[in-house]
Amino acid sequence: MAKKPIGPVRRAFAPWEDPSAIPFIEFRNVTKRFGDFVAVDNLSLSIYEREFHALLGGSGCGKTTMMRMLAGFETPTEGQIFLDGQDLAGIPPYRRPVNMMFQSYALFPHMTVEANIAFGLKQDGMPAAEISSRVQEMLRLVKLEQFAKRKPHQLSGGQRQRVALARSLAKRPKVLLLDEPMAALDKKLREETQLELMTLQEDLRMTFLIVTHDQEEAMTVADRISVMDRGHIRQVATPGEIYEMPNSRFVAEFIGDINLFHGKVTQKQSEDAQLYCDLTDSTINIQGAGDVRVGDEVTFAIRPEKVRISLDKPAESNANVIQAEVWDIAYMGDVSIYHIKLAEDEFIRSVVANTTRLVERPITWDDKIWLSWDRDAGVILTN
Amino acid sequence: MEHRKPSWFNITSLVLGFSFLYLPIVILVIYSFNASRLVTVWGGFSTKWYVSLLSNEQMLDAAWVTLRIGVTSATLATVLGTIAAMVLARQGRFFGRTLFSGMIYAPLVMPEVILGLSLLLLFVSLDQARGFWTIMIAHTTFAMCYVAVVVQSRLAGFDRSLEEAAMDLGCPPVKTFFTITLPQILPGVAAGWMLAFTLSLDDLVIASFTTGPGATTLPMKIYSQVRLGVTPEINAICTILVAIVTVGVITASLISKRQQVQRERDERMAIANQY
Repeated sequence: MAKKPIGPVRRAFAPWEDPSAIPFIEFRNVTKRFGDFVAVDNLSLSIYEREFHALLGGSGCGKTTMMRMLAGFETPTEGQIFLDGQDLAGIPPYRRPVNMMFQSYALFPHMTVEANIAFGLKQDGMPAAEISSRVQEMLRLVKLEQFAKRKPHQLSGGQRQRVALARSLAKRPKVLLLDEPMAALDKKLREETQLELMTLQEDLRMTFLIVTHDQEEAMTVADRISVMDRGHIRQVATPGEIYEMPNSRFVAEFIGDINLFHGKVTQKQSEDAQLYCDLTDSTINIQGAGDVRVGDEVTFAIRPEKVRISLDKPAESNANVIQAEVWDIAYMGDVSIYHIKLAEDEFIRSVVANTTRLVERPITWDDKIWLSWDRDAGVILTN
Repeated sequence: MEHRKPSWFNITSLVLGFSFLYLPIVILVIYSFNASRLVTVWGGFSTKWYVSLLSNEQMLDAAWVTLRIGVTSATLATVLGTIAAMVLARQGRFFGRTLFSGMIYAPLVMPEVILGLSLLLLFVSLDQARGFWTIMIAHTTFAMCYVAVVVQSRLAGFDRSLEEAAMDLGCPPVKTFFTITLPQILPGVAAGWMLAFTLSLDDLVIASFTTGPGATTLPMKIYSQVRLGVTPEINAICTILVAIVTVGVITASLISKRQQVQRERDERMAIANQY
């Protein structure tokens, strides 16, 4: 299925759109069972060279198991995993050309920072002079030159994290695996580190695979995201596509905030459709409705920031317009979230950026307002 | 913290408790410096029993045998006990795990007499000449389970991802054990060795069952001498043993205390430096 563009997006790197591109990492019908529990269920996934790929999902969705199978710590019950054309079956972890950065960092407590970084290189029998120059290079990369002789317990959390990163990069693996690498950092440090990680991945031109439960983190760093749920991949797409064109209720609700309405398709003309929504007792016009037929029961999904509110009826006739009443306002500083009452116990959320320093809001509690959104602002979710 | 004035009740309890524990040892130490030959009569301070101990070849021989048995059996028990602990902590569930762990811990609660007797029967049926080696094997047998318990508790707090990280970086499993796991569990292994060594040092029952001509350990020697009457020489050698153990324990606790203080200071510095 050809993806519709989401407006003008600059895209320098998109091998997954090239049908002739050969996947660098390929999970082929991989299943992993632990006793009765199916952690990964007949899953296939292709990741391309130099891609920054994120496995995103809640706990127990199978994302960590996927990574551990690639690293060699778990063996697939069924299916195959290929890396750079090679079947990884039967290759022990210590012979795989991948390196992992552990969630707990797993720094060797009895070794200095230097010795930790050099550990992997020593296993390869690299000459001492080369090891020391590579270690220096790695220390420079993560800006820890002056900490070379320290032991891990003499470092702060952020520094330990960078040592772990340097250690896993030192061998120049074909793939770097990152298992919740920023879970132990505070928010500010996490944001900085995310940006550093992206720069690093671009500079080193390496393939990164990150496992995370933090959707913002996945959106920030990754080229593509696999949204996982109970051993299945629900959607694989770029952050933009995942956010703007979720393919299911699960993905739509998992990523960001979204308003969902039940409706019935009443008209369909090429890509345009009309939906009757009992909640608002009105018809909603949709542009780019995809594969729906008249009579289908569907879910209409729209992000809160795409719902506009105004005191006066909007002039443009092309948009969907509904009259309603402000029920509650959540002031978040940068934005305000308006909870707007459509019917008894039924609300729609609208996010409004606070662009001025107004303490008095132009729109406030109990105001009769107009809701409006463009025809292409929402998506139809079948199933 | 507020310093409260200790109550008379607390002081009395403390004195009574410690007297109960240490009075016998204190009396033994005091009488080892007794100039009189009679154990119960104080005849002035003297170190002559220590001097005469040095010329008591039987006693010195027994001490030497005990030391050799202690070191070899403790070392062997540490190797076997560590392997057993690794299997129990790492292998997860396997067929017969409960039986295996039960069997490892059984000697902990088994009466020594029964253990000694069964080992004696084994050695007799194997037609094994009894002596140094049979005592050594017997001590290894019962000390091994103590080592397994100590090492296993250390392994329980061990972060397995360290081993995975080592293997991920290209280190094969056996090498991983020696370069990563062993240094981390070393305090447990060392404690296990010390425990095995002291158990061997003061064992009388099992050694008596499994001994043969020419292999008399110090506890056996002391016991047989005491039956002929307690001499100040016995007090002297016991005092030396107490001194060795005390110095060992104090040194070990001082070292670990200092390491802990250093570690805490380092961690505080690291946190202070991060901003």
